[in-house]
Amino acid sequence: MTQFASSHGSPSPDDAVDTRPVILEMENITKKIGGRTILHDVSLAVRQGELKVLIGPSGAGKSTFLQCVNLLIAPDAGNIILKGEKVEPHHKPSLYALRQQVGMIFQDFNLFDHLTAQENVAIALRKVRGFSKREASLRAMAELERVGLSRRAGLYPAELSGGQKQRVAIARALAMDPQVILLDEPTSALDPELVGEVLAVIRELASNGMTMIMATHQMEFARALATEIIFMEQGRIIERGSPDALLAPGAGTRTADFCSKLLAEECGC
Amino acid sequence: MLESIETVISALPFLGQGALVTIGTVVLAMLGGFVLGVPLAVGQVYGPMPLRQFVRLYVWFFRGVPILVLLFLFYFGLAFQLELDISPFAASCIVLGCTSAAYQSQIFRGSINAIAQGQLRAAYALGMSTPMAIGAIILPQALRLAIPGWTNEYSILLKDSALVSVLGTMELMSRTKAIATSTTEYTAFYLAAAGLYFIITFAGVRALRALEARVRIPGYTPM
Amino acid sequence: MLGFTDPSVLWDRVLPALNQGLGMTVLLVVPSAILGFFGGIVVGALRVYGPAWCQRITNIYVAVFRGVPLLLQLYFIYFALPKWGIYFSAYQAAITGFILCSAAYHSEYVRGALLSIRQGQTKAAQALGFTQWQTVRSIIVPQALRLALPGCGNEVIYLVKYSSLAYTLTFIELTGQAKELAARTFSYIEIYLAAGLYYLVLTTLAAWILRRLERKLAIPGFGHPH
Ligand SMILES: Nc1ncnc2c1ncn2[C@@H]1O[C@H](COP(=O)(O)OP(=O)(O)OP(=O)(O)O)[C@@H](O)[C@H]1O
Ligand SMILES: [Mg+2]
Repeated sequence: MTQFASSHGSPSPDDAVDTRPVILEMENITKKIGGRTILHDVSLAVRQGELKVLIGPSGAGKSTFLQCVNLLIAPDAGNIILKGEKVEPHHKPSLYALRQQVGMIFQDFNLFDHLTAQENVAIALRKVRGFSKREASLRAMAELERVGLSRRAGLYPAELSGGQKQRVAIARALAMDPQVILLDEPTSALDPELVGEVLAVIRELASNGMTMIMATHQMEFARALATEIIFMEQGRIIERGSPDALLAPGAGTRTADFCSKLLAEECGC
Repeated sequence: MLESIETVISALPFLGQGALVTIGTVVLAMLGGFVLGVPLAVGQVYGPMPLRQFVRLYVWFFRGVPILVLLFLFYFGLAFQLELDISPFAASCIVLGCTSAAYQSQIFRGSINAIAQGQLRAAYALGMSTPMAIGAIILPQALRLAIPGWTNEYSILLKDSALVSVLGTMELMSRTKAIATSTTEYTAFYLAAAGLYFIITFAGVRALRALEARVRIPGYTPM
Repeated sequence: MLGFTDPSVLWDRVLPALNQGLGMTVLLVVPSAILGFFGGIVVGALRVYGPAWCQRITNIYVAVFRGVPLLLQLYFIYFALPKWGIYFSAYQAAITGFILCSAAYHSEYVRGALLSIRQGQTKAAQALGFTQWQTVRSIIVPQALRLALPGCGNEVIYLVKYSSLAYTLTFIELTGQAKELAARTFSYIEIYLAAGLYYLVLTTLAAWILRRLERKLAIPGFGHPH
């Protein structure tokens, strides 16, 4: 029924053989903008319940890649395969079906400014999934409850804090019963004291077995929860592996190097 | 002096009827301009290239030609040359409506462009089609943002409506001119008409401000 | 009835008449635009820097001329003022109306521009030893003119179109010529379209000049308050 019904627990990266089914596969995604290649042949397969974390310097192509996954940006080459079926980017029903099943969380929330929190969650249920008004608001209320915002359901985006906005955005994505959720730096636009509440919701999703691909600079979070870390630079995947392997002390990886730089920036030394 | 005032007062019902015709013309033209202006704006922002070019051509034409010339073109052209059965009132509403559509389309285009683009992406990410996203997400916000521009357009249109008197529509301006000429009380009648135009402007602006406040989104200020 | 089957009619009668009307239109627009603009600067400056009583009077003036249809203003000048012993020819009445009305509109843009220049800059100039006049001349005017330019330019484009109202005072300019021709030939559509085209050329030309001027005077990052 809902994504929370999934029976998988938190994934353990130590499993020798992963038998969980692959839900979403990106094959050789290439994207050029204005003659510059922004993504070179990027491939990624995501299994049920996995949390893939994309990291990399600004301009690496993380956002572009994530938006290629649900075809908000059309790749120039490569395939998107959802549950074994290749998505036809130019076939509208196939495109809309993909987007319904792949939720997206944006860095800057992108809530609909003219709708209350509850209406923000309900609108796609009504317009896209054909729920009645009543069904949609009930479902929206349930999703807001889940992210701890049922008491704010009647407020408009301009009346919510950044953290609350992002939680509404998560509820909005969850309401569509997505198979996979893409998160593009969901906490980067937040004041430091608000980051925690959003990460807590995402952590909850992960422990309930939600499949996610997330671009983030929150390394502690990635280390604790990622099934795999993917390090991107200049449109290529440079390194990939479990957090333990990539971030082990003295691993000497680009990822570890990048992380220590991030840490240094954070404490300003 | 006192005589002039008495003459004007006794003519007030006559002028009042003219004011009603003026209001009717302006309301119809505003609505017509709205019904035509919204698709023009949407077409110019989201439409394919040929449609965008068409909208630009339309706006260029109706913003570049004087209303008097358009009135003569439509009324005499349609009624006399093409022998269509069209009243001066209908011709006035069509011309003012088409002109207003050109201006309104640019108001709506501005307000569509003022909406954060991320919202459209978010709508697509939820599986909405483009018409769905425009109808459910973009327009409800754009139309709210457009109300101040619309208020301005109303007061311009009201003043332009005086021009339809050249076709002999019996609205406020032509009635004022007729009665001022026949009584030779020019000063008194033109001042009275000015007062009536002020009142109609004021009432309409107040109504649109009230609408703006009514549909305001709490806490929201556009970027 | 004259048709357009005979092209010589077009060349021999219609175009010369329209060209003559165009000349009259230019004679209306150019002085009105120039004097209206300078009037607008004076009124706009008075509305911002003038003494209180002066601000009140100029504000009322602007409210009246922006609130009343231009046609009504022209009729008042041409038909009502003679009763008070003030006589105008049709041309003078039209020009007077255009100047008074467009000065009111121009003053709105000038006032907005003056108000949006930050107080700090005047203070800074004074701190550098500028006199009042030097501050106005080299700090305020260059900025205010740039800020007011788009609005004032549009006003001139409007003036081109509204100059057609002069025909209602029996001053035969472009629209008046078209009306006479159309009434004689019954070729309403062709003649009014031709007149419309003349106006389109004028307004497009004015808009093009305005854009070039704006681009020429543009300062990076300046003038985008929103
Ligand atoms: N619409 C566009 N037009 C031109 N170049 C673009 C466009 N979008 C992205 N790029 C370029 O593509 C590259 C990758 O951008 P992208 O936003 O995907 O990086 P990112 O890894 O998400 O960076 P960040 O950490 O800053 O969000 C950048 O060099 C960017 O300049
Ligand atoms: Mg990014």
